[in-house]
Amino acid sequence: MNAEAGMQAWLASRVETWRQLSPQLEALEKSRNHSAAEALQAIDLYRALGRDLSIARRILPGSRVTKALEHSYAKLHSIIYRKPHDWRARLLTLFREEIPEVVRELRPAIVWVTLLFVLSAGAGWWLISQHPELISLLASEEMINGVEGGRLWTEGLLNVTPSSVLSIGILSNNIAVSLMAFCLGVLFGLGTFYIIATNGLMLGAIFAFTHQHGMAGELLKFVTAHGVVELSVICLAGAAGTMLGEALIRPTHATRRESFQHAATKASRLLVLCALLLVGCGFIEGYLSPDPSFPMISRGVVGFGYGMVMIAALTGDLFGRKRVKPAVGF
Amino acid sequence: MAAPQVILQSITGVDVELRIAGVGSRSFAFVIDWHIRAVLAFTWWAIGSLVSLGDIATFFAGEEAPGPGYFLWVLLPTAGIYLFYHPILEVLMRGSTPGKRMAGVRIVTRTGDIPSMGALLIRNVFRLIDSLPFAYLVGLATALFTEQHVRFGDIAAGTLLILDSKEHDTSFARLTPPNRSLDPRAADLIHELLERWTALDEKTRGEIGRSLLARADRSMSPEQLAQLSTVELRTRLQTLLNPTP
Repeated sequence: MNAEAGMQAWLASRVETWRQLSPQLEALEKSRNHSAAEALQAIDLYRALGRDLSIARRILPGSRVTKALEHSYAKLHSIIYRKPHDWRARLLTLFREEIPEVVRELRPAIVWVTLLFVLSAGAGWWLISQHPELISLLASEEMINGVEGGRLWTEGLLNVTPSSVLSIGILSNNIAVSLMAFCLGVLFGLGTFYIIATNGLMLGAIFAFTHQHGMAGELLKFVTAHGVVELSVICLAGAAGTMLGEALIRPTHATRRESFQHAATKASRLLVLCALLLVGCGFIEGYLSPDPSFPMISRGVVGFGYGMVMIAALTGDLFGRKRVKPAVGF
Repeated sequence: MAAPQVILQSITGVDVELRIAGVGSRSFAFVIDWHIRAVLAFTWWAIGSLVSLGDIATFFAGEEAPGPGYFLWVLLPTAGIYLFYHPILEVLMRGSTPGKRMAGVRIVTRTGDIPSMGALLIRNVFRLIDSLPFAYLVGLATALFTEQHVRFGDIAAGTLLILDSKEHDTSFARLTPPNRSLDPRAADLIHELLERWTALDEKTRGEIGRSLLARADRSMSPEQLAQLSTVELRTRLQTLLNPTP
């Protein structure tokens, strides 16, 4: 048998198997609950396809048959190497193990970012105390006129906007700020510092401005219930952002790219929890904070209580994390 | 120019070759998806406005502020469709979207497998950076200047956009022509020529067609080949692939 006849015979023997490939791969890709027999069948198919591709690459290089085999082989490869799928187990691992681990790793960054936020808030307070006219750079004209007229912008907020709409508006704004604080870490951490510093500066400046008009207490009353967690979450997102910057400045892997990817994957786990906590903040800020019938004590309890929930979530205790006792040595 | 490739080793010892999608395919997929989501979002908004306000013009007139119901049931879903189109569809379609399917591209991890939900979400969060300052300039620039044509979102999530054309699936269907005496390599070339027949000028397709016919059908003399008209040549080539019994 000459080479050409051999090739023909080989093609003829394999063609029916290949024709079945497309529907087989489609079925394997769509289903997520394969039996052991199906999985073994897929592995057998993968081996057979690898063999066929190897022959096709040699005897028919660059042909359509080879390209089609390459395509099917790559697709089957992606199906076989797909990670196991168990939502419940995955979520439990995320909240019980992975997020607390990231928080532990980020502890110094959280402290530094919080410090930056506090210092910026102090700087904002000092700036407006010394130069009150600069408030026009940081607050809207409407807000300034309101405070100068003895009326805080948060007063009567519920008469203008319903709580549900207010909650969603606040939630989206907070999530956008947190995501920006995280993502801008890609600028070697500088973008994160900028977002944290400007947010702190604005907070301090606005408190100073309302203080000058005798309304700082009212603003504090408004902020207490949701502010504890909201501001903490912004600092947490900022700390996650610095992780990206750190990965680029001092890579922990062979390349900066790998290091960045590793840091992004790790830090983004914390963002999942941040987003969930912000949903609660949005709810409180939309329904409770603008409602004047809630006394300061209730606001304090909610703010403090939600802060405790946040800490329990960050340590994993809220999700039933089991602490491993250190072994006692003799 | 051939697309850059990523070669992955596998347990069978036969490498997996993934062809990386270039900036063109990436942009094409994005433009299709953008149109789909814009049309979907606009349709929701228009129908919602008609149902709740009775007239779209009322919204623009601004005489009466729409109620919270309008915000919750019309504006919020409209924004949701526009903003969450990519993350939701990429997760549901395992690394693809309608636009990506039409453009023949797909998202995979750097090890060639289907990306996890986490990776797809990270990829989408970084759209915040890639879309800066406008029209995805940062993303476009990084895709242009990186070896594997990836944007920041892909770097962060460890994903790649690869070529995944559906045309390969049809290749098996016409694989072994009924004419088994025909060399598969020649058959491949004849298929390609017939597909591009109308796009080629007459002289070029005549030359290539005659050369292929001479290779596949040795019974024809050069004079007979030269005398064949374009239509006859095409018919002969088609007959070679699918001879009547």
